[in-house]
Amino acid sequence: MAHKAPRCFQDVILTLQNYWAEQGCAILQPYDEQVGAGTLHPATTLRSLGPKPWRAAYVQPSRRPKDGRYGDNPNRLQHYYQYQVILKPNPPNLQELYLNSLARIGIDPLLHDVRFVEDDWENPTVGAWGLGWEVWCDGMEVSQYTYFQQVGGLDVRPVSGELTYGLERLAMYVFGVDRVYDLPFNDPDSATPLTYGDIFLENEKQQSRFNFELSDPEQNLRWFTDAEATATRLLKEGNVLPAFDYTLKASHLFNLLDARGVVSPTERQSFIARVRDLAKGCATAWAESQQ
Amino acid sequence: MPQLLLELFSEEIPARMQKRAEEDLAKLFGEKLKGAGLDAKAIKTFSAPRRLGLFIDDLPAKAADVNEERKGPRVGSPEQAIQGFLKGAGLKSIDQAQIVEDKKGAFYVAKIERAGRATPEIVQEIVPEIVRAFPWPKSMRSQSSDLQWVRPLHNICCVFDGKAVKIAVEGVGSEAVTWGHRFHAPEALPVTSAADHASKLRGAKVLIEREERKTIILEQASSLCAAKGLELVEDIGLLEEVAGLVEWPVVLLGDMNRDFLNLPGEVIRLSMRTHQKYFAVRDPKTKGLAPHFIVVANIEAKDGGKAIAAGNARVLSARLNDAQFFWKVDTATSLYTEERKAKLQKIVFHQKLGSVWDKVERVRALAEELCAVTGADKKLVAEAANLCKMDLVTETVGEFPELQGQVGRQLSALTKGNHESVAAAIEDHYRPLGPNDRVPSDPVAVTLALADKLDTLVGFWAIDEKPTGSSDPYALRRAALGLVRIILSTNTRMLAANVIGGASQIISSKSDNVRALVGARISGAATTEDAVRGALFDDLFQFIVDRLKVQLRDQGKRHDLVDAVFALGDDDLVRIVARVEALDAFLKTEDGANLLAGYKRAANILSAEEKKGKWSADEAKGQVDAAKLAEPAEKALYEALEKALPAARAAVEKEEFAAAMKALSGLRAPVDAFFEKVLVNAAEPLLRRNRLLLLSRLREALSQVADFSKIEG
Repeated sequence: MAHKAPRCFQDVILTLQNYWAEQGCAILQPYDEQVGAGTLHPATTLRSLGPKPWRAAYVQPSRRPKDGRYGDNPNRLQHYYQYQVILKPNPPNLQELYLNSLARIGIDPLLHDVRFVEDDWENPTVGAWGLGWEVWCDGMEVSQYTYFQQVGGLDVRPVSGELTYGLERLAMYVFGVDRVYDLPFNDPDSATPLTYGDIFLENEKQQSRFNFELSDPEQNLRWFTDAEATATRLLKEGNVLPAFDYTLKASHLFNLLDARGVVSPTERQSFIARVRDLAKGCATAWAESQQ
Repeated sequence: MPQLLLELFSEEIPARMQKRAEEDLAKLFGEKLKGAGLDAKAIKTFSAPRRLGLFIDDLPAKAADVNEERKGPRVGSPEQAIQGFLKGAGLKSIDQAQIVEDKKGAFYVAKIERAGRATPEIVQEIVPEIVRAFPWPKSMRSQSSDLQWVRPLHNICCVFDGKAVKIAVEGVGSEAVTWGHRFHAPEALPVTSAADHASKLRGAKVLIEREERKTIILEQASSLCAAKGLELVEDIGLLEEVAGLVEWPVVLLGDMNRDFLNLPGEVIRLSMRTHQKYFAVRDPKTKGLAPHFIVVANIEAKDGGKAIAAGNARVLSARLNDAQFFWKVDTATSLYTEERKAKLQKIVFHQKLGSVWDKVERVRALAEELCAVTGADKKLVAEAANLCKMDLVTETVGEFPELQGQVGRQLSALTKGNHESVAAAIEDHYRPLGPNDRVPSDPVAVTLALADKLDTLVGFWAIDEKPTGSSDPYALRRAALGLVRIILSTNTRMLAANVIGGASQIISSKSDNVRALVGARISGAATTEDAVRGALFDDLFQFIVDRLKVQLRDQGKRHDLVDAVFALGDDDLVRIVARVEALDAFLKTEDGANLLAGYKRAANILSAEEKKGKWSADEAKGQVDAAKLAEPAEKALYEALEKALPAARAAVEKEEFAAAMKALSGLRAPVDAFFEKVLVNAAEPLLRRNRLLLLSRLREALSQVADFSKIEG
């Protein structure tokens, strides 16, 4: 079956959605909490734990307040999209499945240099790590490919295979665009062609100003403490999924504090440890519920 | 003889681990074969991104037969001992053992004869053992298996003598097949031998020999550069890494926007190297970087590599855009700013040792003191100390931590009025970074480098964070070795123990924390702060001395000579080395070797007499009664000693150790003649006393330069 090569940003998403649906993944929607990466969606963090098989794929908007550049930088954003795929247990031909997804997007591995370069993934705030690679296409990192070994400090059995596509980067590469805001978002030949900039440039400007200048550190610190307390209370009640939501809130509040530069290196470690303890608590409780 | 091939086919093995994995595989396989009674003359290994393996050209078809006699218990031993013996020797009943008589009585002896096992059977046993316990720096599980490997392991291809050998490891496939290039030739290829394996893979665009891939990369890169009148910036580490990232190297030349050339060359090179794994390219005329780069691709692209080169160029531009932004920010001010200082005050060097800025202040105070020894300009040293850590909080170092020091140097050089020595010291105070790194030579850099390392060592010793076994998280061994190398190469004369004591004073005075920690150690036995500090830093001095010993041994100096010199208890490192060198040269001469033999003989006689209580250290201090010397040979030795002893002493005083040795070498002939002609233990007490005194003088003379009793031979 011949597939039409994508022509715009949303085509890349739709192509991946269809492709992974064909591989038996549940196509989920973004999680409705502010998160720094697609991994933090409970569909990955929590579902990678426990013995039950699981296959899901979804787009996740990711917020990294510190990466804001007021819309000035051609490829750095404080809000961007990740495409996340999680398969448990990892199928033995996962590399092949992944490469086929690239081919579907229009990357011909006999024209472009696709390479698996060592990159061990670690997310200290959720006590997770795995081994894998950055996938390079002509020297550009287009995906992160990881075999999860631990989440929330617990061994992952069976192992999950996790794929994260940096959608903007991938699309910029495929379409030969040097500035993210110039990416065609919808069909460039449609009646209302929209670029990525039409949709997100103003957001980058305003959110960067908020992240670096207008957010209220004292309030965020208070909210962090509240979120932490709530997550702890809910965990005691065995109310794991809501507790995880509050863990995510705490994590994002920490990122906002960090962006304001009010966190010293020593405090930083302690904040990370606090979020990690919550995440570990959620992971442990969830894993127990799955046995 | 039959041939063995083993290939472990997996997903991409990290490039940095491949070479070591080849060595480990060969070692483990060789040991296990040997343990099973098989001797492999040569094990050849190979590795590529998706495979690790070995072949052996001449492996016997079976292990040697075992013929062994095992001695058992005495005849009539308790039943338990007999049963244990039967079990150990694999016998069913004691009738199968023989009885052998020797001086001590009659014993059971088991004659064990075992036919050697077939090689494939042995291989089937040892490969799973090796795979399950392979020493990867990091390994992982996959799917539901418990097997740990560096990345998912898909197939173990094993062929012996043309036949497939199935290997059973936790459900991993074991077919006598391999797979070609991931994209050019992904099909399975049946394998019948090592030669077949290598040649089929070559046909399928996989080169399994890393050395061949390296050679090809270098050749292609050099010729691409030469065609454009350019020169490759060689980088052995990068070459090794890149060779581990490709099955089929195809080298391409890419273009870089000329505008980026205003960045420091190191920033460009590092950006290329660490992020992109590109080689930099140089203009041979200007020796500066050229606006190009070399990238090694893994495919023969349909378009000859145009898209790959263009894609990589775009990625590099994005990287350098970032770098350029950082550099612009950093160069907007001079290196020293109050803002940077405030940031350094916030960065923790070590919780117990304060901030990085605290360290700067200690280093400055120490460096100023050291100027008296190094002869450096105090003002410049203080200035360099203030600036030496500033670049840690620049944007460029934030992005490229490897550039610490270098960025500071560049920024300092851009600041008007800054002295060249100061700029150089900012970069060089970290040196030497390893055993092969250069040692600073400018006095300002030398002083700052010594102070930085001393502060680190004394500080960590004070808080009791000494290296243990293989764990040395603060790289203190490197700091100590660096200290030793700087002292030696600059001929800096200081008594190490003194300097350590001084450093600890300064550090204590600058750090309440350290003062308190040192104070806290005051207890029972040691009553004063100085005494505690003394004990603490004797230990540090010993640590530094150990590094010097290692260094001398690495240079091929005999360890017994090193020990012989250290036994004198000197703590001037420069003098210690001068002694070792003179001693080494001396003992290589015929006179030296013979004199050593004479010394040994004299020392043996003296210690034998001392043991018998017929001679003592006190007696040895007596004077030879020259009038009572009887034999010509003892008179000659006496005269020679009378000349040599003061000459050697004077030379040692002037630290002319070669001259001291030369003076001593004059003793060789008289010593030889003395032992040939003279009986030391004469019946006449005065004669005997004189002779023992002569030998004592000889021992004393040689002890001027080293403790000869520690020398072997």
